[in-house]
Formats: sequence, structure tokens, C-alpha cells
Amino acid sequence: MSVATYFDSMDYGPAPESGAPAEAWLDKHQRKFGLFIGGDWVSPKSGAWFDTSDPARNAVLAQVAQAGAEDVDAAVKAARAAQPGWAKRSGHERARILYALARLVQKHSRLLAVLETLDNGKPIRETRDIDVPLVARHFYHHAGWAQLEDQELAGYEPLGVVGQVIPWNFPLLMLAWKVAPALAVGNTVVLKPAEFTSLTALLFAELCEEAGLPPGVLNIVTGDGTVGELIVKHPDIDKIAFTGSTEVGRLIRNATAGSGKKLTLELGGKSPFLIFDDADIDGAVEGVVDAIWFNQGQVCCAGSRLLVQESVADQVVAKLKARMEALRVGDPLDKAMDIGAIVAPVQLARIEELVQRGRAEGAELWQPSWAVPADGCFYPPSLFTNVAPASSVVQEEIFGPVLVMMTFRTPPEAIALANNTRYGLAASVWSENINLALEIAPKLKAGVVWVNCTNQFDAACGFGGYRESGFGREGGAEGLWEYVRPAWEHKLPPVRETALPDAVGHEQLGGIDRTAKMYVGGKQARPDSGYSRPVLSPKGKVLAEVGEGNRKDIRNAAEAAHKAAGWARQSSHLRAQILYYTAENLEARAGEFADRLRAMTGASRQKARGEVARSVARLFSYAAWADKFDGAAHSPPLRGIALAMHEPIGVVGIVCPAEAPLLGFVSLVAPVVAMGNTVVAVPSTLHPLAATDLYQVLDTSDLPGGVINIVTGDGDALAKVLADHDDVDAIWYFGSQAGGASVERASVGNLKQTWTNQGRQWNWADPVQGEGRMYLRHATQVKNIWIPYGE
Amino acid sequence: MEDRTSSNVHQLRATHDGARNPGMALELDWVDAVQVNRSATERRAATLSTRRSIKKDAQAAWLLKAITCIDLTTLAGDDTPGRVQRLCAKARQPVRAELLDALGMDERRIVVGAVCVYHTMVEAAVAALANTGIPVAAVSTGFPAGLSPLSQRIAEIKASVAAGAKEIDIVITRGHVLTGDWQALYEEVQAFRAACGDAHMKAILGTGDLVTLRNVAKASLVAMMAGADFIKTSTGKEGVNATLPVSLTMARAIRAYRERTGHTVGFKPAGGISTAKASLSYLTLMREELGREWVEPKLFRMGASSLLGDIERQLEHHVTGRYSAAHRQPMG
Repeated sequence: MSVATYFDSMDYGPAPESGAPAEAWLDKHQRKFGLFIGGDWVSPKSGAWFDTSDPARNAVLAQVAQAGAEDVDAAVKAARAAQPGWAKRSGHERARILYALARLVQKHSRLLAVLETLDNGKPIRETRDIDVPLVARHFYHHAGWAQLEDQELAGYEPLGVVGQVIPWNFPLLMLAWKVAPALAVGNTVVLKPAEFTSLTALLFAELCEEAGLPPGVLNIVTGDGTVGELIVKHPDIDKIAFTGSTEVGRLIRNATAGSGKKLTLELGGKSPFLIFDDADIDGAVEGVVDAIWFNQGQVCCAGSRLLVQESVADQVVAKLKARMEALRVGDPLDKAMDIGAIVAPVQLARIEELVQRGRAEGAELWQPSWAVPADGCFYPPSLFTNVAPASSVVQEEIFGPVLVMMTFRTPPEAIALANNTRYGLAASVWSENINLALEIAPKLKAGVVWVNCTNQFDAACGFGGYRESGFGREGGAEGLWEYVRPAWEHKLPPVRETALPDAVGHEQLGGIDRTAKMYVGGKQARPDSGYSRPVLSPKGKVLAEVGEGNRKDIRNAAEAAHKAAGWARQSSHLRAQILYYTAENLEARAGEFADRLRAMTGASRQKARGEVARSVARLFSYAAWADKFDGAAHSPPLRGIALAMHEPIGVVGIVCPAEAPLLGFVSLVAPVVAMGNTVVAVPSTLHPLAATDLYQVLDTSDLPGGVINIVTGDGDALAKVLADHDDVDAIWYFGSQAGGASVERASVGNLKQTWTNQGRQWNWADPVQGEGRMYLRHATQVKNIWIPYGE
Repeated sequence: MEDRTSSNVHQLRATHDGARNPGMALELDWVDAVQVNRSATERRAATLSTRRSIKKDAQAAWLLKAITCIDLTTLAGDDTPGRVQRLCAKARQPVRAELLDALGMDERRIVVGAVCVYHTMVEAAVAALANTGIPVAAVSTGFPAGLSPLSQRIAEIKASVAAGAKEIDIVITRGHVLTGDWQALYEEVQAFRAACGDAHMKAILGTGDLVTLRNVAKASLVAMMAGADFIKTSTGKEGVNATLPVSLTMARAIRAYRERTGHTVGFKPAGGISTAKASLSYLTLMREELGREWVEPKLFRMGASSLLGDIERQLEHHVTGRYSAAHRQPMG
């Protein structure tokens, strides 16, 4: 092409970024990379290597070590050995190293960007302008947390050795999201990059050497999914942080159940992108480009479900098609490409298969008139119309440049359609009406909501999902909590198992029989089973009987809890008032409750009275907290704010500890209710009367029916039903080690959040252990609402 | 969409004459419904040129195209016929012949889009550009404030047309926009258009004075409804002149107007475009948002005075591989 032909055509022409520096770096390593363990580059004991390829050219770039069990052991051992020394360093010392890493990322920014583009296939514009700058920003931000650790994380300690398994769609950025917070607060790391995209992690390891990161603090083991499995199941790892598919997330939840490993999962999504009729349609269409044609649509939070108000739907479709026609797909190293290569042939095949399925189901596919390059893994931007929530392309995460579009008529219908998914990672809302946008944002079940923007990320703002998109947050203060634990937690003794005494006859109580039923929807309900279970004194005398709860009672209680969801929309002032009132009514009957505790547990009068008094005080604490556990207004680098809202999780199942039958119940239920959740509580299996006696207290305290539901019976059996229940959003379990493991295992159905005592005995009387912000954090999930502004 | 014809000046002008925007009745509902989200607009503007990199031969070609889209301008209090003659000489031959040779473009006629002057300089410019086909544009209507009596402003247009101006850059009364008096704005621009006769009218919105992008979009629509052939950002005398977000907003208004009416309107950013790189950003914006048709002088102009010199330096660098100096390029 000559100047003259370009002058006539006004075509763009090639604008290639040179791959040479990255190729030279690969050559310098003879295109063969070992494992980074204990600060050394070592060959895999397995002796196995695999190829990593450039998907745009179908060309092998290098050979990478396939780690085996011995290698993972060595990496964990190195991390374990390095951890105490790393944690002992002052926050400032760690801050200096993270700061050096941030600087090094900037100094080598182009090499990192080019290498990432070669290995992954994403356009150089994205690696250069988005991924690598965000990586540097993440290390700067977390250098800051290391520096502030003494003030901001007093009373907390690092978890120890963290296993991190990251995906191929943002190889270096996901490394930064995982590694920076872990290292900042004194953990050491065994990281497994994705099999398709190991190279930038290995270059990063070199930067760590240069930055003076001590050997063993970060270890990198490359390989396929078996390496991830070895990490997940390794007995000497304290926490697993995973980003990837929901399917693998489930396997990890299952494999770590009962192991005591902490877990954060950042999983899939089918995020809605809502355009209301008063939106800036041109701006919104450009937003769609950033939502679904960013990184070839291989983004967990991709706005892949377009929901458009019916009155502007035709306009949106027309503009969208025109915009799609102007997109450019091709060589990702070309600086004038919008869309690069799909990461690997297997992914391309999956996209093609799902698109075929969509067409077979009758969905209408539209693609631009031009063809994508024939060589390499390319797929054109695609739009499906004539789809419904029942279509498989609407339900399934395609993880490619494929958008589905549906229409809605009203804001409530928009919300219903948006939330009609198992996922809950992100959402985007487009409207010029601030009232509408700020009404919709809180109603979307998603961890991140972007108002009039999309796919915005920043180190200061938490990122993570609701529902089956996972749990835990990455970024900001909310992400930091995932890498620390209270300093007292691991010092707690194992839980004391109390065996049921044999029944030896009835206590003569006199008076009219009081047999507590279940408490469901604010009313007492007979147990479905028609059976009762005796409640015994320490000496084995039957004190009373309570209902024997079964799965149907749990089902009914969960339904009642859902019906009471309006509780979340009550003012925090009102919730506080009701908790104060509950405390008042409990205190009015303090003597009766103390007597009941004595009868059930054999506690001294003083101890029993103490438990009641502490329960009253704890209700006061959460009444106090109800209007004080505020979110944050983050300041990401844009003209606008990101509101980190503390939202209730929904319906929370609570299985109370056997001991402290009143105080344990109150300590767990009160924070959950204070934050606007509704509850299905299973009281102490042995001493349930402290809870059943509360029915009348709750009835007289103006608590709306269904906010607290109580099902008595065998705690562990009912816990399993709750954990299995796909419409229970979280479960707290305080009981035996085995019971906790069972709950964690059963939670995989809807990947509900779990919080268990890991078989440890908590001291409920100690306010440090028994109340405070930790409970409130577990009772809420953070939603970051990004609101850029400016007229 | 792809228009692959050569950009021969005469040919294009002929096409242009056949396709003037006739305007339409003022449609207030449409104006009221205009929505522009500033943050989203700025994001798109910021990534337009990072999404499109133009290098080597393509860059040289695009820069030559940029030259053909320049309204080479002098609008200073000390303008004289001599000054204007010198500018016109540059307009006729904006790139040294040996550079065009080296670029393989010696067969093409590379001239600027127009020469833009005050009314009093129209005569001198017309004389200096005789038989070149390069039109003279006059800024009329009490430029730059546009606040002289309407009759005088209309008379000025007629005088400029009579003096030989083929294009008239009018300024709107910004107050009509700021007070939301769309009827007044519509009537004013319509009156100007009537006064222009066969001369093409570019409506300067004074976007720096309009402040918000929403105002810019609404004013753009009303000016097009009233029959503007081009809409233009600025006089070059406001505090803020052409910016990419403002230009994007106006380009999208042009697109919306074309989609709704089928009529085609051109765009002219002016003020502050002084680097070759910036000119590529504007061309990219037009190419991406409006399409191939809009990267030709019949639908795109850049009002500039110092831009040409920087483009010449870049072209020389393209030919020689060495960085050039301003004094090596003949001044205009």
C-alpha cells in the first residue's frame, strides 16, 4: 500500500508493536522456564514440561515446567519457612518492597504488556493502557496498607501460607490482586498461574528478586489443573484464594471443607447491562463495547446480558450493529485493534459450540459483515436477539465476545430480569436520572454496580460477587480482611463435646404444660414430624419437650424468612429500636431466663444471671451498631465516587453453639438481624429452651414476623439441611469440627457463604471474641457502586 | 459506506453542492430529549486515539488528508492584504513539491480546504486565490461575540458573499442556548442561512461559552434544523476551544440528524489544534463515529493557523527519517 492508496482509502494500515524485546527475553531463558521456589529457579522434579503458545499465531512461545506433588511440597515448605520472618518485618519494611515492586512494574511496563499480549492474545492497547497500570496501582495501594498495618489492623495477624490459583484472562493483573494484599500483611504465597498464561508471572518473579523480596515469600509453581488441586488439598496451606470458573470453585469449596483453610472465590458471571430510555444511548452503546468486547469478552464481570427498555430497543440495536461493524479484530500486537485472539483453541471451540446451541434454540445471531483472520484463534463480536431468560445463551456464561439482548418495560421488570441468574458479580446501569439509577443500584444482586460506566477497576475498591459468583472481596480495605485473622482465633481450644445424659425421669415443675413449637413467620408452628424431643437437665431429668425439627420445618422457616425480606429496607433506626426493645423485654424476665439456664446447664445462679445480663448488653451492642456500621466512599482515580455499601446477605442460617444457650444465640442472631438479614436459627441442641422462651420476648418487641425463625432439633442434621438449601444465602455454624466440615461441603449447591468455628471453643462472655465488627462483616456483603459524575 | 473516490477538490465540491442540508422545522421534543453523559463521552474521547494508531505510509497519507481539511486561518486585528496574500500562497502550496514527490503524491493536488479571514480581507483573499478552486471563508455576523444588531450581522454576511466568499462562518448568540430559547436560536440561524444564499454556512456554537455537553448537543441539533451546512465548535477566542469530548458530542449530533432526516452536515473543530498528532485524533474521531465520508474536506474542516507547519515537519521526517525544524518549512 502506498501513501496515495491510503490517501484514497483512509484505511488505518498496520501499526504493530514490536514483539522483539519479549522474544529476546524468552531467548535469554532458552525459552524454557523452571519453577520459582525459595528464591531459586528449579527444574520440576516431575521432569515434565509443557508448551505455552501465542494464540494469535498458533506458535509455541516457550516451555514451562509442569510441577508435581514434590514441587508443590517444596514450594509450600519454602513459603512456610519464610513466613515468620516476613511477618516479623515491620509494616514499613514490607511497604518498601511492595513500593519497589510497583516501581519495577512501571519500569518494565512495556515488556510486561508485550509479553502478556503474546501469551494471552489480548490487544496491546489493553495490556499497555489497562492491565499493567492497574498492576502497578495495586502494588502502590497495598504498599500503603503494609505501611498502615499497625494502626489499621491492630489485633489481627496474617493467616500464614496462602495458596493462590489465578485465571488466564488477566494473568498479571490477577497475580497482583492476589499477591499484593497477601504479602502486604505478612503472608507468604504459593501461586499457580493459569496453564495458558504463565509467562508474565515468571517475569514478575524476576522483578521480585530485583526488588529484594526475601526467598520463599513468593513461590510460583506452573502447570495444569493438577497443580491447582495439589495446592488446594495441601495440608500446610492456611488459605486458598481462587479466581476462575464457578465449576472449579465448587470443587475447591468441596475439597477444602473442614480443612480449616480460609477461602475466597471469585467466580463466573452473566452480568446485566441495563439501558433505560433516558440514557445517553451513544454513551451506553460505547459502554457495551467496553463491557463485552473488552478482552474478547473473556471477563468474569463482562456485561454479557444487555437489557434495554422496550421504547429504545430498536434504536439501541441499530446503533450497536453500526458500532460492531466498526470494530477491528486481528493481530493483538497491532495498536489499532479492538479485539485480539481468544486465549486457546479449546476456548474458541466452546464459544462456537454455545453459539451453535443458541442458534439451534432459535436465537437470532448477528455478526459484522467482515471476516476475522483465518489463522489464529479469532471470533467476531456477536449479538444474539430473540432470546429469553429460558435460552441457554442467556443462562450460561459464554466467556467470549457474545452479547445477548432482551427488553424490559418497567424498572421493576428490569430488576427482575437482571437478578434472574445464579450469578451476581457485576452490573451496569445507564440512565441520566439519578433517582432511577440510585434506586436500581442497591436492588441489583451484584458485588459491583457501575452507573453510566462499566468494567472500572481500582485497587481501593473491593471487587467480588454475590451468589454463585463467589465470596470475599479483592481490593481496598474490604479485600484486606481476607488475608488476616483475629490474633486470638487460632489459640482457642477445641470445642468441648457434651454427651447427652440418659433420661432418668421428669422434673416435677407443676403448672400448665408449656411445650414450645417451632417459631416460623412470627407464629408458633407444630413440627412437621409430629415428634418432640426431650430437653434434659444435667442430671438427665426431662425439663420440657421441644419439637423435633426436620427438613420441611427448615423449608417453611426459610420461606418465612424470605417473606420478611422487607426487613432490609426498614430504617436502621427502626432496627435499632426493636433490638433495644428486645433487650428491655428480656431484662424484664431476667430471673426466669436465669432459672431456665440453671435448670438446663446446672450453672450457678451468678453465672446464669451473668449470661442473661451479657445477653441484654449484647442486644444493646447490636442495637447500637445497627445505624453505625456504615460503608465507605472510595476515591478511585476518576471524577466520581465508588460507594462501598454494606448490604445484608439475605437469609442467613445460624446453627448455635451447644454452650451458652442464651448468649450464644443472641451473639450470633443479633448482628445478623441488626444488619437487615432475616434468620433461620437452630438453637443449642442440648439446651434449646433459652431460645424457645424468647418467642414471647420477640412477640412483644415489635419484631416483624419472619425476621427471626427458630427451628429446634438436632443441630448438625438441621445444619446440613440449611447448608444444602439453595435459597439460604449464608450459614453460620458453631459446633463440632465434623459438623462444620459437613456444612462447608454441603454449601457448594449455591456456593453460599459459610462461617464456622472450625471446631474451636469460643468464649462468648469475652466481648473481644463474642461481639463487634467481625460479626458485622460476616453479616454483610460489600457492594461497590461506581458513580462517575459531571454535567 | 467506503467511499474510495479520490479527493479531487473540484469533484467533491460538485458533490457537495448537490447535497446541502435543507434544514427542517424546529422539533422541540427532539431537542428536549437530548441526553449526553459527560463522563461516558470523555471516556470514549480519551480512548478513540488509543484504539487507533496510524503509522508510516498510512500516517503520511492521513496527514496529507488533514492538510486538505484545513481552513487556513488568520483572524487578527493586525491583518493586512499583504499578510493575507502570504497566507494564500501557502494555501495553494502547503507542502513542498519535493516532499510530495518523495511521497509519490506529486500527481495529486494537495491544497488546503479554504482560507478563512475577516470580511475586510475577503477581497484580498479572493484575488490571491483566483483560479485555484480554493474557497475563501469569511467570519461574519459580528465575529467573535456575535452581539451586534441582527440587521448588521445579516448585512455583513451579504457583503462577504458579494465580495466573493464561498463559505460563511457565522456565530450564534450563545445567550439563546444559555436561556434555552431554541426558537430564537432557530430563527437566527435560519436568517443567516437565507442571507448566505449559495455560500455554505458553518455555524459556530462557541462551545466554550455553552459549558455543558448537553448544551452543545442541543445547540448542534437546532443549528442543523435551521439549515447549517457545517457545525463548528469555536471562534478560537473563547476560553476553551475545540476539545475531543465536545467534538464527539457534535459528531454524534450530526449522526443522529442524518439518521433521522437523511441530511448530511459537516463538522469543523477550531481553535487549539496545533499538532499533527491532534489532527490525527480528530480525523480518527470522524472516521470512527461518522464514517469514511466525513474524512474529506467536503464534510470535515479544521480551523487552524499553526497546524500546517507541524504537519509539514512530520511529513519531512517521514521522507528523510530525520526530525525537521520549523524554519525549514515556508511560512504562510
